[in-house]
Amino acid sequence: MSDYDVIVVGGGPAGSTAAYEAASRGAKTIILEKDRDIGYPVRCGEAVSDAGLRQFLEPQPEWIAAHINKISMRSPDNTQIAFRSDAVGYVLHRRIFDYALANRASQVGAEVQTRAYVDGLIMEDDSVKGVEYQYMGEKRKLTAKLVIAADGVESRVGRMAGMRTATKLKDMESAYQATVGNIDVDQELIDFYIGTNWAPGGYLWVFPKGNGMANVGLGVLGSLAKNYPSAHDLVHSFLKEHYPDATMLTSVCGGVPIAHTLKHITGNGIMLTGDAARMVHPVSGGGIISGMVGGQIAGQVAVESVNAGDVSRKGLESYPKRWRKAEGKTHEAIHRISETIKTITDDELDAIAHKLKSVPEEDRSILKVFTTVAVKKPKILLDVTRVFTGF
Amino acid sequence: MILVQDNRCDLCGTCVAVCPVDAIEVREADISIIHDKCIDCDICIWVCPIDVLSSDQKVEVTNE
Repeated sequence: MSDYDVIVVGGGPAGSTAAYEAASRGAKTIILEKDRDIGYPVRCGEAVSDAGLRQFLEPQPEWIAAHINKISMRSPDNTQIAFRSDAVGYVLHRRIFDYALANRASQVGAEVQTRAYVDGLIMEDDSVKGVEYQYMGEKRKLTAKLVIAADGVESRVGRMAGMRTATKLKDMESAYQATVGNIDVDQELIDFYIGTNWAPGGYLWVFPKGNGMANVGLGVLGSLAKNYPSAHDLVHSFLKEHYPDATMLTSVCGGVPIAHTLKHITGNGIMLTGDAARMVHPVSGGGIISGMVGGQIAGQVAVESVNAGDVSRKGLESYPKRWRKAEGKTHEAIHRISETIKTITDDELDAIAHKLKSVPEEDRSILKVFTTVAVKKPKILLDVTRVFTGF
Repeated sequence: MILVQDNRCDLCGTCVAVCPVDAIEVREADISIIHDKCIDCDICIWVCPIDVLSSDQKVEVTNE
């Protein structure tokens, strides 16, 4: 007899969504969170699309920091191209949002244990049967029919089960992010700075957070990081130069995996989801919604498999299949295009921005951006065609 | 040997994610390098967003 049907390791959006799905279908479920707080520290740009969010829940004013209806991109020489679009999305207060998701899971019966650092797995007959964890210096064990590892970028729980989760430097963004006060930014616009001078192999973001605040951060591609200042230094010098009066209310660092999904996200008695499964969008670096999509499918398949009495890798095979259909296949395609995107030089980015600047704002569209990029970089056209035709 | 500059680590786990030999542990309040496993490839040093890791030796390792 197991202590639980499902143990979810990690109380972020992916873990809480998985726990919600499992518990609401009657599975005895617990979330183990290593930190003292659900949702903190926030290692995230906090932007989500309206459509993405609404797949799961109605946006609530208490966790929305800003409503976004404009997107802006800036080239290396700071040429700004802005688009207006209705109902683009939101910048969240992740701290409050993550609480709401964990609370939603607990309201359907999931238990939550914070300060629980999982440092081992209980294995039996080549199958995961539970976890060992430390709580306030005390060693504890819990058994379960299935473990869902939603333990974020580190993805150590999967490794403990013998799965390959180590990410290559070329697929990892080394990121640093600050919540900034006393900053005068358009509270309806998300601003992206693209170019080696801003963020080598990544981008710099300035996202509004309401009341004269913003989330400012950037990612440096891991494989380039050795040759450039750290993400920390780049954020600080950007703020000093462009927003000298701004104050840093919080600053944290983090890694953003921009790989495509891991080849194997299931093992006997275990499923990986969210950042731990590398479910982040390979170009935008967004992982909130895609993690929730992964978590939702994981939670559903968990209950189906537990009820069917087969939690072997084979018994869990509908999880990777359904994930691939929902998002994974698109991520693979985007990951392929991202290799070409990375070859666009700073001069080419400036030339594209200057060209688009001559197009009236109301005529600017994603298609126009795409065709302008394609003129400068025909290989992108080829890659996109390959992606859509399946070659 | 990989060294951690005390009290400066933000415990974000980025190094853990790229470590090819699973030689780094990050808990709620501390980071530790498992020196028996560490192969001194230095990639954790490069990926650290706030430069808190360093090496006490010069080893040339190429990495993709």
